[in-house]
Amino acid sequence: MKLECKHVWEYISEYIDGRVDPQVKEDIERHLEHCEICSATLDSTRNILILTADDRTFELPMGYSERLHERLKKEIESAEPDLKKK
Amino acid sequence: MEESSQGKGRKEEDLTRRAQRHRGEGAEKKTVAGRLICARKSVARQGELAQTTMQAAPTKETDLISRIVAGERELFHDLIRPYEKMVYLTVLSIVKNQADAEDGAQEAVINAYRHLNSFRAEAKFSTWLTMIAINEGRRRLRKAKGAAEDSIEELEEEKEGDYTPAPLTDWREIPLETLERKELREALREAVEELPDIYRQVFTLRDLEELNIEETARALGVNPGIVKVRLHRARIMLQKKLVPFLKTVAPARKGFFRRAP
Repeated sequence: MKLECKHVWEYISEYIDGRVDPQVKEDIERHLEHCEICSATLDSTRNILILTADDRTFELPMGYSERLHERLKKEIESAEPDLKKK
Repeated sequence: MEESSQGKGRKEEDLTRRAQRHRGEGAEKKTVAGRLICARKSVARQGELAQTTMQAAPTKETDLISRIVAGERELFHDLIRPYEKMVYLTVLSIVKNQADAEDGAQEAVINAYRHLNSFRAEAKFSTWLTMIAINEGRRRLRKAKGAAEDSIEELEEEKEGDYTPAPLTDWREIPLETLERKELREALREAVEELPDIYRQVFTLRDLEELNIEETARALGVNPGIVKVRLHRARIMLQKKLVPFLKTVAPARKGFFRRAP
């Protein structure tokens, strides 16, 4: 089947996740071979996901980990003192 | 404005050096720029993102859990360490406020610790923990907003919108340096923050924390079909928001990298 751009766009997300049927995948890839706009659109969407996974994009507040483990330490010490192995 | 990575010991290279290294060189596997995709290669990279996983070795984790439940409680520090960020970002995706997210994340971790003996080994610890974090986030939200949250979500879901991406013709013209810029990451952060709640939550679990569709559905208590629709819309909304940004900040000259003042 010959796909139009707007149909390809409907599948972008599932295509990126590798969740489209083999036939649809083939149709999309055939379309991408000659359509620069869809190729660029797909790449930009995918690159956004890669940037999302970049550790520097979403950072923890400074000192978060220390505060968390400090609180956890108190909890562990207070809750079940008898269970601590010494 | 400097990169906030100093003192954290996490990134050994600053932006400039990273950018210089990529200039005129081929793809560098370990860095983000190396993973960014050029249009021509895109077809071959199909499905690669779906393979990504952040899971620690499950046997080690299962072992840790049984030892903690059996009494070696300090080991909970080690168990939770790989998930600290996940818990925080999950709560943040619901409460949208840093201080509240930190309190909520602490609370969620303490809850997980207190209820670890109710964790079933056939479940995935990361999903279980995510559900605890979501519950804590929702509890905080209800407390802050009153009980109207559910009906708001229903309304949002029914809203029809234009979920087509912004067509882009010159993606390949954008130098890798642009994608490495701090401003782009800030723009992405803001765009995610501005997503409607239901879309931000799905996007956070699926694309930031890399849960799969089924795990995301289970964690949010919706069916996988809804996750797919929301995820698609979220991704398209982000693409739309970031495309104009990419076009306007792309430096005009090739190989020219302008550092933020």
